[in-house]
Amino acid sequence: MEQNVLRGKAWVFTDDVDTDLIYHNKYLAETDPKKMAQYSFEYYPGKEKFAKEAKPGDFVVAGRNFGTGSSREHAVYCLKELGIPVVLAESFARIYYRNAINNGYPVLFVKGLSDAIKEGKVKDGDELEVNIATGEIKDLTNGNTFHGDAVTDLEKDIMASGGLIEYLKAQAAKK
Amino acid sequence: MGMTFAEKVLGKAAGYAVKAGDVVTVEPHFCMSHDNAAPIAKTFKKIGVPKVWKPDHLVFILDHAIPAPTDEHAVNHKEIREFVEEQGIPHFFDVTSKGGVCHQKMCEEGFALPGLIIIGSDSHTCTYGAYGAFSTGIGRSEMAAAWATGKIWFRVPESLKITVKGKFNKGVSAKDLILKIIGDIKADGADYMSVEFHGPAISEMSLAERMTLCNMGIEMGAKNAVCPPDEKVLEAIRGIEKTNEWEAIWADEDAVYAKELTYDLGELVPCVAKPHTVDNYASIDEVKGTKIHQAFLGSCTNARIEDLRLAAEILKGKEVAVRTIVIPASWRVYRQALDEGLLETFLDAGCVITNPGCGPCMGNHEGILAPGEACISTANRNFKGRMGNKDSFIYLASPMTVAASALKGEIADPREVL
Repeated sequence: MEQNVLRGKAWVFTDDVDTDLIYHNKYLAETDPKKMAQYSFEYYPGKEKFAKEAKPGDFVVAGRNFGTGSSREHAVYCLKELGIPVVLAESFARIYYRNAINNGYPVLFVKGLSDAIKEGKVKDGDELEVNIATGEIKDLTNGNTFHGDAVTDLEKDIMASGGLIEYLKAQAAKK
Repeated sequence: MGMTFAEKVLGKAAGYAVKAGDVVTVEPHFCMSHDNAAPIAKTFKKIGVPKVWKPDHLVFILDHAIPAPTDEHAVNHKEIREFVEEQGIPHFFDVTSKGGVCHQKMCEEGFALPGLIIIGSDSHTCTYGAYGAFSTGIGRSEMAAAWATGKIWFRVPESLKITVKGKFNKGVSAKDLILKIIGDIKADGADYMSVEFHGPAISEMSLAERMTLCNMGIEMGAKNAVCPPDEKVLEAIRGIEKTNEWEAIWADEDAVYAKELTYDLGELVPCVAKPHTVDNYASIDEVKGTKIHQAFLGSCTNARIEDLRLAAEILKGKEVAVRTIVIPASWRVYRQALDEGLLETFLDAGCVITNPGCGPCMGNHEGILAPGEACISTANRNFKGRMGNKDSFIYLASPMTVAASALKGEIADPREVL
């Protein structure tokens, strides 16, 4: 299905990107996702301009344990609001993962991505093609391919509704 | 085949036998929120359910920024008070001398009980495992959904068994143990897992020490962390239980674990987690002499009466060389420290004591760092910018190491001043 195939530029991050690097605690009192977006990765060395320069459709590409730390959902809202269609990472911290699912925000677990980043097999600015249905990922700049695992059945229902709150509303309407 | 703690607790709540990997939907016994109850209340209202499922299962404890340092925080607090009123929520700890850091209050006030399922909109909710509870942090949307439905889904986690033996040497404490474990298995070493602490050394530990261990479970990625609900726990909760639904539940001897580790306390030395990750372990010898500008004795990790006593013992009759901020974990701890003369010791030593709360731990107020400054802290996170400035440096350590370092103005070995 063509709509599942996305193309965009890679923004590459390391292992253990914590929630303060994604969205700093200084802005926790913010409640408007549009304003949250402008603070994305402000504290990540070398990616301070991410919020200004990333284009809708670009990808966040990271190693292990993405989103480690706080339970703040701002770290999901800000990327979603910027139009980052999916986060690709070797693994996600548990709460970040749940927050993503519960907000209808897709994430892909990509085996080998941490090493690939360290070995320069995927770099900042590479053009990526990502099939979010099959999990196939192609780095069009250098021809490398990766495979990501999509969410399980349980989570698909929540995702399909657009998030946990929408899902609950739909469930309530059925009764 | 035996069952782990997580399998037993989640199975009991689900009403049928479960094993790691199963997905269950359960009713939580308590739902804890702090200052973020305000945005959660907004999300809750979007769901369209007029009343929370059980008002007495919600617990609100203001601690992140109290008394309100900015108008935004003041508005948040106001909205929480209005929601409490509107929903008739009985368990609300406002900005009064009955409050404190949320995780400390949950344990002090008898909400943290063996075998209960407790969710909190804060990642350090895993602390209540010290009392034998299955407790875990969740996000805000999920909390709003739990208020509305009284339900939450969990994947039954695999378990990591950590057996601890031996005795601490002088100057070494539970904080050094947990920093060592996290340094060994790294920030994602227990990702999604239930961490069980076993062994004779855990039985020897006070509940305060166990809280320090469980509190930092999240720093290795764990869903929850838990210690056995032994006689010490039963003694501590006697007469303060907020529900009679609790039950002392523990893993079977022949439970199956994804991973097992063993530690001998006698092999540990004082240590720190260097900037900017909690798993960046260094023994005290590697960092001794590093210049610091501030010391912080506080947070949900290490600001209980036991922690304050250890620090006061080192500071007694001496004077700190850098600004030192002391924040007892709750007003109950504060009062006890007052009665025991510890606050006087801190004042005489030149420390600044502030009201119980999270203080500067996540950079809200009461001790923000300037660019280029380093702080040694008893808290649980040293992420870049955590204490408010991205060009500052945070070293995590035990209360004894923090006190010893405060005296010298550089990272110091507590064994040399004890």
